[in-house]
Amino acid sequence: MKTNFSIVKKFSRTSDGTRTIKKFLGPTGLGLLGALIIELIIFSNVSPYFLNATNFSNIGRAMVIIGIGSVGATIVIISGGFDLSVGSVMAASGMLAAFLVNQGQSTVIGAMLALTLGCIIGLLNGFVIGYLRINPLIATLAMLSIVRGLAYIISGGNAEVISNPAFLSIGTDSLFGIPLTVLVFVILFLSVGFIMPRTHFGRYVYAIGSNSRAARLAGILVNRWTLIFYTFSGTTAALAGFITVTRTGQAEPSANIGAELDMITAVILGGTSLSGGKGRLFGTFLAIVVLAILANGLVLIGVPSYWQLPVKGCVLMGAIIWGELHNASRDRT
Amino acid sequence: MTENPILRTANLSKNFGSVSVLNSIDFHVDPNESLGLIGDNGAGKSTLVKILAGVYAPSGGEIFFNGAPVTFRNPQDARAAGIEIIYQDLALCNDLDAASNIFLGRETSRKIGIGRWLDRNGMMQEARAALAELGADIAPDQLVGSMSGGQRQLVSVARALQFSPKLLLMDEPTAALSNTKIHLLLDLVKNLKKKGISVIFISHRFTDLIAVCDRIIAMREGEIRAEIRPADSKISDLMSIMQRALSGEEIL
Repeated sequence: MKTNFSIVKKFSRTSDGTRTIKKFLGPTGLGLLGALIIELIIFSNVSPYFLNATNFSNIGRAMVIIGIGSVGATIVIISGGFDLSVGSVMAASGMLAAFLVNQGQSTVIGAMLALTLGCIIGLLNGFVIGYLRINPLIATLAMLSIVRGLAYIISGGNAEVISNPAFLSIGTDSLFGIPLTVLVFVILFLSVGFIMPRTHFGRYVYAIGSNSRAARLAGILVNRWTLIFYTFSGTTAALAGFITVTRTGQAEPSANIGAELDMITAVILGGTSLSGGKGRLFGTFLAIVVLAILANGLVLIGVPSYWQLPVKGCVLMGAIIWGELHNASRDRT
Repeated sequence: MTENPILRTANLSKNFGSVSVLNSIDFHVDPNESLGLIGDNGAGKSTLVKILAGVYAPSGGEIFFNGAPVTFRNPQDARAAGIEIIYQDLALCNDLDAASNIFLGRETSRKIGIGRWLDRNGMMQEARAALAELGADIAPDQLVGSMSGGQRQLVSVARALQFSPKLLLMDEPTAALSNTKIHLLLDLVKNLKKKGISVIFISHRFTDLIAVCDRIIAMREGEIRAEIRPADSKISDLMSIMQRALSGEEIL
């Protein structure tokens, strides 16, 4: 079927096909890499403890919890959604795992049921947002209250202190000098990062976030995929909540309040657009590392802990302004 | 009408609540024919093509495709039957590249181990070939959001043609194009006929329809008011028939 359509050649302009590391990282990735290098230079010069294996292990452990949850948050935000319930899901699923283990169940059962709880909550979020067309901010805000309440109900308001050594070893043990939890985090990031460009799942995250009407008209079952994205987010939040408890050795119903905001900070700082369609998991990863090193470094150089929150806020504000300026300059061309 | 029209409707109607948008539409498209649809805003043109594309369900009447009655529950059904549509706004994802848009919702994939994996190279190559066949100088990995209006239109045409449709619906395809680009598009539509694809072409612009259509139907208030064949008479006569039909005079 070779037809002569050359007449429409005038329609097109040549595309610029340059590919470099610069393009791979993008402006956000480059900025984050720069920030990372600046952090390393400043903190290693100011504090003698910074470039220490133990300290790096601490940084790793500290970033794991927000890091794992932010995998799901990245997916949901690229798809044009929002999940405010993750902090509550973390607390409730951590609480459930602790409760079960203290009742004599095995660590594996505790972990499985904690993940199942997160999966179910995510499924409910996805159903309400995808099928009942409720605004995700409102739906997940409601879920935030419901699930936080559930955490108080499971616990009767008390903390569950865990003594099961197998359970606690997950949060404290290392393999080849790398904390187990850091391995879980890195494996999760790498595997989801691998899946994203290679599966329908990954492609539809972007398609739905970019133009959900076009996706629906192209035959993509947008409501079903939305359900899957929120289910995924609930599950990674539950994993993060479970790991929180293995690290601290106790589950509190008030745990992880505001964790969703830390995740959203990382996702936005990593270059994902709040309007959906744009963003990269790798950007979120870099942002998580930059934020964790920042928090650690501020403590090491003796900045009072109250100052951490405003600093984090300024970083987020700066990232958003920078992103907006970048978009504005791109739109002009 | 030839013996076997590719598409025929009988008594097709559509109400949105108590508002009647299409009233007992009977029309047909022959194989290899390009049919024009003209009418004011609200005449029912877009509703008609959206029913044919499976976006809306008709309130009454029947659709026959290739002689058999069909019911399209969704756009996929219509596509599976061989009807493609290019929407007025093109319905592209700006954050995806040309190849991803061309294969959107119909990605080729392979089952390897656990799960299905997208055949990214295969889709890239097919998209490259499809764009080249249209004479489009667009790289398949170029983001649609970075393209000009004409390039975006070509991507949506490539998408519509990718799965060998029998009937192509084009809803105001020239609306977003400059005058020079419109000529290129009209040539493209003429070429579709050579490939054996029937076309329903919606436009406000009578001159566009005269240039590419074998037959033109004028709609007003959800009804077909006139039908003309540009080859049969002088353009000035056609214009006057159309104007009378569109202003509400009884012609048929």
